[in-house]
Amino acid sequence: MKCTRCKSPAEVELRQHNAGFCRACFIFYFQRQVERAIAKEHMFSPDEAVLVAVSGGKDSLALWDVLIALGYQTTGLHLSLGIGTYSDQSTTKTVAFAEARGLPLITVPLADEGLAVPEIAGLTRRPACSACGTLKRHYFDQLAIDRGFPVLATGHNLDDEAARLLGNVLHWQMEHLARQRPVLQPTHERFVRKVKPLFRCSEYESAVYAFFRGIDYIVDECPNAAGATQLLYKDVLNRLEAASPGSKLTFVQEFLHKAHPALTPTAIEAPQTCQGCGMPSYGALCGFCRLVRETATRRERRQAAERA
Amino acid sequence: MHITVLPQRKQFELTGRRRAADVLRELGFLPGTAMVIRGDELVPEGSMLEADDVIEVRSVISGGGQS
Repeated sequence: MKCTRCKSPAEVELRQHNAGFCRACFIFYFQRQVERAIAKEHMFSPDEAVLVAVSGGKDSLALWDVLIALGYQTTGLHLSLGIGTYSDQSTTKTVAFAEARGLPLITVPLADEGLAVPEIAGLTRRPACSACGTLKRHYFDQLAIDRGFPVLATGHNLDDEAARLLGNVLHWQMEHLARQRPVLQPTHERFVRKVKPLFRCSEYESAVYAFFRGIDYIVDECPNAAGATQLLYKDVLNRLEAASPGSKLTFVQEFLHKAHPALTPTAIEAPQTCQGCGMPSYGALCGFCRLVRETATRRERRQAAERA
Repeated sequence: MHITVLPQRKQFELTGRRRAADVLRELGFLPGTAMVIRGDELVPEGSMLEADDVIEVRSVISGGGQS
């Protein structure tokens, strides 16, 4: 197969676009895709400082790499989740990426706050992915606003968005569907704009980009992800994609163009202010404060039982 | 050919030359869910792999909660 752009031998084939690229042209293509998404969706401008949530995985490091290549002002934000060697390796790779490029990075070790994901999940008996999501949302939101960033970028890719859309449609989660956008404008004074510049790039494309750019990302999967519903949805969508290339992109794009405009006016509920931490909340206490309090209560009970 | 599958670190031996897409199918991967890597080059799914190649098949699927 020949490169669609320069006609030299292709190193990667993209069936959903009926195209192939050599290494140099793929890097150009991928960066253009991200650049166009940022511009078309009005995600942010070159004079805005962008806080990039980085896990150490292929998507977030690829996103950070592209934003640097495009000349944006970025700072990385990494939460060390306390999930054993997986988190240790993720943090090591994130720090190494930032140091090698001289990039500013904020690292939050959750274990130091008594909030390591396995301990919280064990104490509260919540699914680890649920507790992890609550922690991530809180720290991303809080650090973005406290450090003065107008925008937070995450590495969610097309496959993430398609899987999330499928889950929301299967359960007709109308409020979640209304919030499923590549750009989420703040609905509270302590929210910042949240953007997903990779929302049109497949998981395969971001992995190929990371490989071509020599990015040393964590290949291991989070040990808590086994059996996650999102992986089931991704598998279903990948079977559709194999039979009909382009299905995932069409599913997400057509939702955004045709279905989403009908949802927006009625379904988004404005958040209140959490009485515990002052961050946005859909009740008296936000999910983070409820989780922290439940964890503290159960930890005290366990310690009392151990002393007895 | 010798194949290492990541992230599981499983090792496989296959005999004869075959297309990268066929290797992926034999290992249970759907198209576009894993990279086939030979040395420092990516092998397109339509390209041939030789019997004495040393290959890394690296899954690109990650998942869990939504953040």
